[in-house]
Amino acid sequence: MQAFAGVSLFSVFVLMALGLAIIFGQMGVINMAHGEFLTIGAYSTVMMSMLAEKFMPEFLPYYFIFAILVAFVVAFSIGYLVEFLMIRHLYRRPLDTLLATWGLSLIMQQIFRSAFGAREVSATLPDWLMGSWQPVEGVDIPLNGLFVLGLTILLSLAVFIFLFKSRWGLKVRATTQNRLMAGAVGISTPMVDRVTFALGCGIAGVAGAAFTTIASTGPTSGSLYIVDTFLVVVFGGAGSLLGTFASAFSIAQAQSVMEFFMSGSMAKVLTLLAVIIILMIRPEGLFSVKVRK
Amino acid sequence: MQVAMNKLFGGREGLVGLAILAALIFIIMPLTFDIFRLNLVGKYLTYAFVAIGLVLCWGYGGILSLGQGMFFGLGGYCMAMFLKLESSSPESTKIQSTPGIPDFMDWNQLTALPWFWEPFHSLSFSLVAVIAVPCIFAFIISVAMFKRRVGGVYFAIITQAIALILTILIIGQQGYTGGINGITDLRTLKGWDIRTDEAKYVLYFLNGALLIGCILVGRLIITSKLGRLLLAMRDREDRVRFSGYDVSSFKVFVFCVGAMMSAIGGAMFTLQVGFMSPSFVGIVPSIEMVIFAAVGGRMSLIGAVYGALIVNFAKTFFSESFPALWLFLMGGLFIAVVMLFPNGLAGIYTSYIKPRIDAWIQGRRGGGNLTPTVPAEPQDPVSPRTAERTPASAASRSLAAGIQSEPSRS
Repeated sequence: MQAFAGVSLFSVFVLMALGLAIIFGQMGVINMAHGEFLTIGAYSTVMMSMLAEKFMPEFLPYYFIFAILVAFVVAFSIGYLVEFLMIRHLYRRPLDTLLATWGLSLIMQQIFRSAFGAREVSATLPDWLMGSWQPVEGVDIPLNGLFVLGLTILLSLAVFIFLFKSRWGLKVRATTQNRLMAGAVGISTPMVDRVTFALGCGIAGVAGAAFTTIASTGPTSGSLYIVDTFLVVVFGGAGSLLGTFASAFSIAQAQSVMEFFMSGSMAKVLTLLAVIIILMIRPEGLFSVKVRK
Repeated sequence: MQVAMNKLFGGREGLVGLAILAALIFIIMPLTFDIFRLNLVGKYLTYAFVAIGLVLCWGYGGILSLGQGMFFGLGGYCMAMFLKLESSSPESTKIQSTPGIPDFMDWNQLTALPWFWEPFHSLSFSLVAVIAVPCIFAFIISVAMFKRRVGGVYFAIITQAIALILTILIIGQQGYTGGINGITDLRTLKGWDIRTDEAKYVLYFLNGALLIGCILVGRLIITSKLGRLLLAMRDREDRVRFSGYDVSSFKVFVFCVGAMMSAIGGAMFTLQVGFMSPSFVGIVPSIEMVIFAAVGGRMSLIGAVYGALIVNFAKTFFSESFPALWLFLMGGLFIAVVMLFPNGLAGIYTSYIKPRIDAWIQGRRGGGNLTPTVPAEPQDPVSPRTAERTPASAASRSLAAGIQSEPSRS
């Protein structure tokens, strides 16, 4: 049971860290407002469920698939706008990006609070997400946890294919490796930056949609995970998607298994402490991309 | 004498700036505000300690720490532990099941004082601990990081994570630390009641004096060779390393100085406000403290004090009158300071206001007096205003720049 709780936490970490790994790992931009993009996705899912309930109740079992798409599109467009208005002016100053995006996250949180109220809301889940699955007598695995896990795997596969098999992914990787040369061979690097950033935000939006199935949404629910997620990305080694997976898995499992033996706060303290100590020994993270700089 | 003046006060101009700040803190504020508001100003000034430390670390050293709240909190907690032990003497706590230990320990079924609380019975130990504990903590963190050449963004993220760990630890270990409420109900310092109006005045002035002291120490660091090295390191770290300097030791030093200043601020906070809680340790307060330094100007020690004062006055005003508006403003402030005014208020002053003041003074002296005492700065960035000066004063200015061999300040 505890191991499965760890798998749930792992899904949330991976979903959040995927977008962050793209933005931070590929572009070197610290996006402190990443959690808020997750919240955007969650709120748009909640809105969709409210719409479905009000106008076409017979559509309710299927709306969730569309909600995921809507969450992606909304978060993608807002990310695109943010990159255009703010981030692109700050690429040379990573520490300043951190402060500016923190400001952005404060503003977004207040917008959520004004628009949706400070109370937490939750989406109406379709019936097929409720209940649990009993592979063996006495073991209940909640269906929504399984769904989120499945979504995580699907999304990760999609990101892998995008980055390593598609034309766009080639451009993104070329820009990361050598911006100047990428520009020289005709890749529009500003455009690549903008789409990469927006894509990271869009993935956070999908993460938000998945998040509604396991927890309710409040104005600050995204920012709760932001520090952990950054640690996940740094621990895995910036720029390595595989590393992100491995670190999300080990951090989530360590935390849930330790929670079994001691209080939740101590488990978290010990996990984070272990991560930091390992980072001190190996600052480049678990899986580092070897690049000559 | 001249050297000391340049080193300590940053020349005539720095002295004037410092004098204005001192006059504001010691004369104008106490005369215009009642004791309640003055106590509030004192609280804001304790944040200025952190901001000054950040100017040294971030503005000059290029080390952005998002965990300065830890050091503020540790300093504050060291002070609070002493005060708490004094206020929980066996006589005053005899209704508890274990008299003589702080009340929150009793509520958490502790029957004896934990070992690390014992030394805090002594005031001198506590005062040393206020400085030493955060300094040692900062030393461990920074040695581990900088010797491994972890810097920049990674350092920021890791300090943030450590701040998170410390907060969780303090909140989780309720019996030892007072939990989320912190250490409250502090009354006396060696029998001297810190809650009276008179005590608040004394503490306010002590706080101001310590703050000016910290600015002087900061000036000393900036104007020394070390300060030059810090700047060089911030801009081109590997070149400094290739020149044979041990870069990481300088970074460790300046980070520890920043931590000690924050800790003094934390201790003064505890004395003036009368409690300490984890809400000053975590990530959000730590980042807010960065904005104080950023608003004041990340390169200006005096600016940091004004930054802390202005942001906190605005925070108090807006969160009292328009609570919803404040977060928008705060967020906007972060974005504006980074994108439009990277040098904060001090930057606005040097590029827009100072040329006007200079022109005004030059204009008054311009006539026959050819030995102007105002420091002329040829390396001043030319602002639009410079072009609008009258020809006479512009001529006398350039003449002054030629005649006077003013020691260049950086």
